[in-house]
Amino acid sequence: MDNINILVIADHDNHSIHPATYKVVGAANQLRHVGKVHLDVLLTGYRCGGLAQSLAQTAGVDNVLLVDDPVCEHQLAESITPIVVTLAPAYTHIMIAASTAGKNLLPRAAALLDVQAISEVMAILAPDTFVRPVYAGSALATVVSDDALKLLTIRTSAFQAAEQTGGNAAIRQLAGPPPQQLSELVDQQLAVSERPELTAARVVVAGGRGLQSGENFNLVYRLADKLHAAVGASRAAVDAGFVANDMQVGQTGKIVAPELYIAVGISGAVQHLAGMKDSRVIVAINNDEDAPIFQVADYGLVGDLFDVLPEIIDKL
Amino acid sequence: MKILVAIKRVVDHSVRVRPNSQATAMDIAGAKMAINPFCEIAVEEAVRLKEQGIATEVVVVSIGADTAQEQLRAALALGADRAILVKTSADLQPLAVAHCLHKLVEREQPGLVLLGKQSIDGDNNQTGQMLAALCGYAQGTFASRLVIEGDKARVTREIDGGLQTLLLRLPAVVTTDLRLNQPRYPTLPNIMKARQKPLATMTPEELAVDVTPRVRTLKFELPPSRQAGEKVKDVEALLARLREAQLI
Repeated sequence: MDNINILVIADHDNHSIHPATYKVVGAANQLRHVGKVHLDVLLTGYRCGGLAQSLAQTAGVDNVLLVDDPVCEHQLAESITPIVVTLAPAYTHIMIAASTAGKNLLPRAAALLDVQAISEVMAILAPDTFVRPVYAGSALATVVSDDALKLLTIRTSAFQAAEQTGGNAAIRQLAGPPPQQLSELVDQQLAVSERPELTAARVVVAGGRGLQSGENFNLVYRLADKLHAAVGASRAAVDAGFVANDMQVGQTGKIVAPELYIAVGISGAVQHLAGMKDSRVIVAINNDEDAPIFQVADYGLVGDLFDVLPEIIDKL
Repeated sequence: MKILVAIKRVVDHSVRVRPNSQATAMDIAGAKMAINPFCEIAVEEAVRLKEQGIATEVVVVSIGADTAQEQLRAALALGADRAILVKTSADLQPLAVAHCLHKLVEREQPGLVLLGKQSIDGDNNQTGQMLAALCGYAQGTFASRLVIEGDKARVTREIDGGLQTLLLRLPAVVTTDLRLNQPRYPTLPNIMKARQKPLATMTPEELAVDVTPRVRTLKFELPPSRQAGEKVKDVEALLARLREAQLI
């Protein structure tokens, strides 16, 4: 059996651990079938020490490496990369969620480590063999990395989360990185929502161009609230300014795989399907019976969403 | 300020592609090719910066087969000033592309490098970040707004939680997201003019870059397909199905 030493980089905002982190640990745990796994989680941030305690409970984690330092507060890639590069020689695999944070950070570290990173890993077949989507998910590529160190971003919708209890990891404090003058944070406008997080929700209701306006999106919100669902959108709806960018589902937006995905007024371009076609059950509501979304929908309802949605909301 | 823009030749976004019958590659023979949409946004942004008098020269570069000259000419028609093709038939991966671009950055000394955030074929989303690392530059990925302020770039990024604005020291690498701009269509006179603009070619060997792939693809296969389900006649029927399946 090979010794497999994995570093998972936690996704968080200094206040809470993003659920994607547990999915990445879950992906890492899969390698226990093929080797003896040592698994550390790297937590870099500022005033995030409390999060280390919860990560230490995660099943399968040996050490939580905590860098709690003002330089790391906003987790800018220019600040965090040196930490990853310094730690890398002790590991065979470094994994992070394929979130915008993970996609921003990992390739920067990979270049300095002279590693060809592998993006959006959907399945781990062996310590060096992975499956990832290409061409907006039109095909799945099985790839083998010849680099000694594997750097992977993980498509979290494809993996089960690790248990958040039962672990007993040691917490090791590491020194902060040197300050850097390349980049600084000016401002963040983060969406505040009481609804479930899009990539972790059991039910997603998504709206498209068919909603015709941002105001009409209230119908989508009302249905979502009845179902305790997250709200997503097609690129067309985001481009038209109906909703914010963080709601976009698709090839270049968020990838979701909920139990139930309800697509409202979404035609179903291949780029949108790439972000939701692994949902367990898909419902499509559209007035165009030839819309491609119906080809992937388990239940299709042809009708005017402005009639259908109020009726559903009323009857739930 | 000189701007270097990297572009990739890809299968047009409207074309559906499949793996070939041996599952060894994607079957793209005869497919309509185009500038990767995110790269086209990068070209447009650079041209706008030139039109605003902020950029002095826009150099567009592509790494790949000789046929990428077509996309370089298209970028010249959009307003880039000159083009460079790094010619290779290798199976290019992001790290190799970043190394080639790094060598070109050393030669050209641009004040800003613009790239698309990802290509719609490989979907890797790596090259810009890798280039920034190799150059020791700041990176502004997934940009939906870019403002040059003296020796800094103010970049608004589309991140999972919303929007984030960074101030980057120039030179820097910025990768474009969809909503940065709406690229223009080339005019016929500009297409004609583009034929006369300089296009230099070189090879990775001349740049002393090893482009040998580090990742081998064993096979390409179709994802599990979804079958169309049933059309329900009304809301009652839909809700009944969802209740049966214990989804609501």
